[in-house]
Amino acid sequence: MTDSSIWKTIFGRLTWESFPVHEPILLGTFAVVVVLGAALVGAITKYRLWGYLWTEWFTSVDHKKIGIMYIILGIVMLLRGFADALMMRAQQAIAFGGNEGYLNAHHYDQIFTAHGTIMIFFVAIPLVVGIINFVLPLQLGARDVAFPFLNNLSFWLTVSGAVLTMVSLFVGEFARTGWLGYAPLSGLAYSPDTGVDYYLWSLSIAGIGTTLSAVNMVATVLKMRAPGMTMMKMPVFAWTAFCSNALAVAIFPALTVAFALLLLDRYVGTQFFTNDLGGNAMQYWNLVWIWGHPEVYVLILPAFGIYSEVASTFCGKRLFGYTSMVYATVVILILSYLVWLHHFFTMGSGASVNSFFGIATMVIAIPTGAKIFNWLFTMYRGNIRFELPMMWLVAFILTFVIGGMTGVLLAIPPADFVLHNSLFLVVHFHNTIIGGVVFGLFAGMVYWFPKAFGFKLDPWWGKVAFWGWVAGYWIAWMPLYIPGLFGVTRRVNHFYDTSLQPWFIVAAIGALIILVGILGFVMSILVGWLKRDQLRDVTGDPWGGRTLEWSTSSPPPAYNFAFTPVVHDLDAWYDMKDRGYRRPAQGYRPIHMPRNTGAGVILSGIATVLGFAMVWYMWWLAAIAGAALLAYAIAHTFNYDRDYYIPAEEVARTEAARDRQLALAEA
Amino acid sequence: MLSKLFLGARRVRAVVAATALLPLLAGCQRMVVMMPDGDVAGQQRDLILIATLLMLVIIVPVMVATVVFAWRYRAGRSANYDPTFDHSTGWELVIWSVPLLIITVIGAITWSSTHLLDPFRPLDRIKSGQPLAPNAKHMDVQVVAMDWKWLFIYPEQGIATVNELALPVDVPVRFHITSTSQFATFYAPTLAGMIYAMPGMRSMLHAVINKPTTSFGFSGNYTGQGHSDNRFALHGLEPAKFDQWVARVKANGGALTGADYLRLEKPSEKVPVQRYAAVQPGLFDRVVQRCVEPGKPCMAELMRGDMARAGGHPPEMRPGAGMPMGRNSMPVGESTPVPALQKAPEEKGSGPNVTKPDTPADAPGQRNPGDPQNRGIS
Repeated sequence: MTDSSIWKTIFGRLTWESFPVHEPILLGTFAVVVVLGAALVGAITKYRLWGYLWTEWFTSVDHKKIGIMYIILGIVMLLRGFADALMMRAQQAIAFGGNEGYLNAHHYDQIFTAHGTIMIFFVAIPLVVGIINFVLPLQLGARDVAFPFLNNLSFWLTVSGAVLTMVSLFVGEFARTGWLGYAPLSGLAYSPDTGVDYYLWSLSIAGIGTTLSAVNMVATVLKMRAPGMTMMKMPVFAWTAFCSNALAVAIFPALTVAFALLLLDRYVGTQFFTNDLGGNAMQYWNLVWIWGHPEVYVLILPAFGIYSEVASTFCGKRLFGYTSMVYATVVILILSYLVWLHHFFTMGSGASVNSFFGIATMVIAIPTGAKIFNWLFTMYRGNIRFELPMMWLVAFILTFVIGGMTGVLLAIPPADFVLHNSLFLVVHFHNTIIGGVVFGLFAGMVYWFPKAFGFKLDPWWGKVAFWGWVAGYWIAWMPLYIPGLFGVTRRVNHFYDTSLQPWFIVAAIGALIILVGILGFVMSILVGWLKRDQLRDVTGDPWGGRTLEWSTSSPPPAYNFAFTPVVHDLDAWYDMKDRGYRRPAQGYRPIHMPRNTGAGVILSGIATVLGFAMVWYMWWLAAIAGAALLAYAIAHTFNYDRDYYIPAEEVARTEAARDRQLALAEA
Repeated sequence: MLSKLFLGARRVRAVVAATALLPLLAGCQRMVVMMPDGDVAGQQRDLILIATLLMLVIIVPVMVATVVFAWRYRAGRSANYDPTFDHSTGWELVIWSVPLLIITVIGAITWSSTHLLDPFRPLDRIKSGQPLAPNAKHMDVQVVAMDWKWLFIYPEQGIATVNELALPVDVPVRFHITSTSQFATFYAPTLAGMIYAMPGMRSMLHAVINKPTTSFGFSGNYTGQGHSDNRFALHGLEPAKFDQWVARVKANGGALTGADYLRLEKPSEKVPVQRYAAVQPGLFDRVVQRCVEPGKPCMAELMRGDMARAGGHPPEMRPGAGMPMGRNSMPVGESTPVPALQKAPEEKGSGPNVTKPDTPADAPGQRNPGDPQNRGIS
């Protein structure tokens, strides 16, 4: 008895059973992951890259490097999230009539929970934050974001959350509640196992990272614009990044509170979201959706900004209706905070409350429609070059408007009474997220990749990615609106009506086509790297851009701009080119830069240990980690060696090298 | 104004019915949402169609314009390239006001239809052209959403069923809905919209079935591992046949007492249809108040005590008001689970990776493939 007590005190509820010792498939996957991981670590050690990785990347506070790391994280997690999607599509394609498929409810429920959680928190958010990280300071004419160390910390906290979620695949289990962890199902009474705890700790840690990052970006836009760049002379992408991050600052505390109260319920025995003793699970739904709805606007607004940049660049004219675009973005920002109840019209709030939220939801369609019209008018009488980013824009308009339409449809409460939580709804949000956010992220990645790495992505594989995604999405998702009208609901792992099977087989085929799209994108990076000399961007302005980031070299120097540009007009770089701008040849001064630091990596590592210990009830480890976190954070504040200067000669040398490159390009 | 739109909707419905010969309708599954047998669901379907048509007024031109502009203004062949065309007050007014107009129309429709189709609102018609008196009698049916089945209690007939809902045609029904543990949604697509069934709370739904039919219902909200099988059969029966059905259930015997209810309430999946000829009186109220177990205090008593201490007055249930606030009840079944930080080391249990026992002999069920005894296992 005492022995068992000691084991339990040391290891909490971690036992041999926590590892997939009985599941050959999972055990095999675990083994492969361990082997590949060891191979990666071994290769890095063999080629002595640890020093390089640590000093150049992991500890970097450079927004460009952090942005690239965010995007790498997003793409890696996209592969995991999409694997979940493929498994679900396969299960739903075969499980009809008496056939229960190959995934029982116990597994299937974890898979759809993990799919949603990973796609939103560890794919969409990192990709959006990564692109904003890379582009925003360059567009504003700044050298970095307002708080470079905080930027680094935000990234590593997100990684910490991702690591905890990935660990749950092999050690213990993930939540079986759906991606929002609704109470009462996520309460201790109905989900006593490690699943919801993993979910809560990994998202709480990552959420702190996202909140800090949002504060950072808002401060950057407000305080670090180049002289002459008033708010109304900022690029539209900077406006959307600003609004998106301001919204994030407003909403992530709501999610943190929801998770904190649920954690209290599960760990301390409070009754916030239980069915009894005064609890009310409806409050969880309210808090989580006060976060959840604005969150999708946090994701879509930067995508809209990317489309605006792409439209004006590839149509060869200034974006139509800049002022109108800005006002539309701000209106969307405010309205998105007022509509959350439309996610649970069916919870019986009464007709007046339901009507208010329904009408408020529909009103968002007005500024969104204005934006789409403005993009169309940018194309009107333009000179449209159909490079890949422009193709993504056209695909977005054609795809997203259907999703918007079904959204307004679902915003009518009585219509929602028959469509709530149905397959129709699932198609609607995939329509807007894939057609809106994902297409925008691909447009942005292709558009700014040459700026980040100095060469374009391979165009042929890029087109494979494009057509794979667009055709795949339309085949996998659009037809599924119909079964939604047949009374099919979400999160089921087997069906009774065999006449529905053709729809799901088509959907599975579509998912495989999307897989081609994803692999095509990865190939476009690989082949682009292999053919980088042919695809080289020597001028820094491969697309004929209009905003300040295109005035730097590709990739930009660490300090971005040798001289902070002075801005006179919208589309500052286009304005500079128009006025015959010439690069200065002398007068370089030493540039003040923030120093790298390992504090972000270390703090996040300790946070990961803390999260793991809390999930497994290892209180001693949690206490030590918590204390270490606090101690290290305080100790770090006493580190005054935070900055350095790049000498003027080095700046001069870098700029001279760029002059030579530009001269060669012109020759 | 709404009736005029519904008039138009009837014509629209005719068009839809005609085009419903779409080859998409493969198989025997009917489009229960688009061609329902219940009047409420029919009105909701009309709303979907009207709203879709109104929005297509904008969506179709936008999609056409996208393709046309992309083609006409492509580089090298661009007609009238004008790099300075980036502003037009006139066009701005148009693109803000036309969507505003359409949304205003849909918004007006939303306001009135949300009030008319409020689940808490008694029906005012059996079907189009057959109105009901303001305080017309509704048949009461009480619904308890359980893990993972549905209990239907017919208080006027004194019977109960599990996973089978029979309703007389053209008789307005008032559903009183609650749950034992999860937030399931009570949803029969051909009948009416859905509403959440929540523990300790009483939702309502008013509906009518207009045709003899065999259909289905389920929970629209995921409630755990038995979600995919959490379905019930819905039968619309002519009033005479309905009375025969009630008589058959009564003749079959069986009674739903509090003890039976507590047994039924335990989690189970793929539960076959059960029928009870008698029901303990007041059982549903006890379910809502979470005091079916003997000795447990009912919610009303607890809340009365709380309110007396606080000096308040709980709001009454009325249509359009939504849920009453501030419930307090004692946990059903075993006492509340021990929170993590208060667990003694031995109580921490284990966090297994998957629930597969290490010796095959320990697994529940039979080992020969296809054995029907394995059907009910998750």
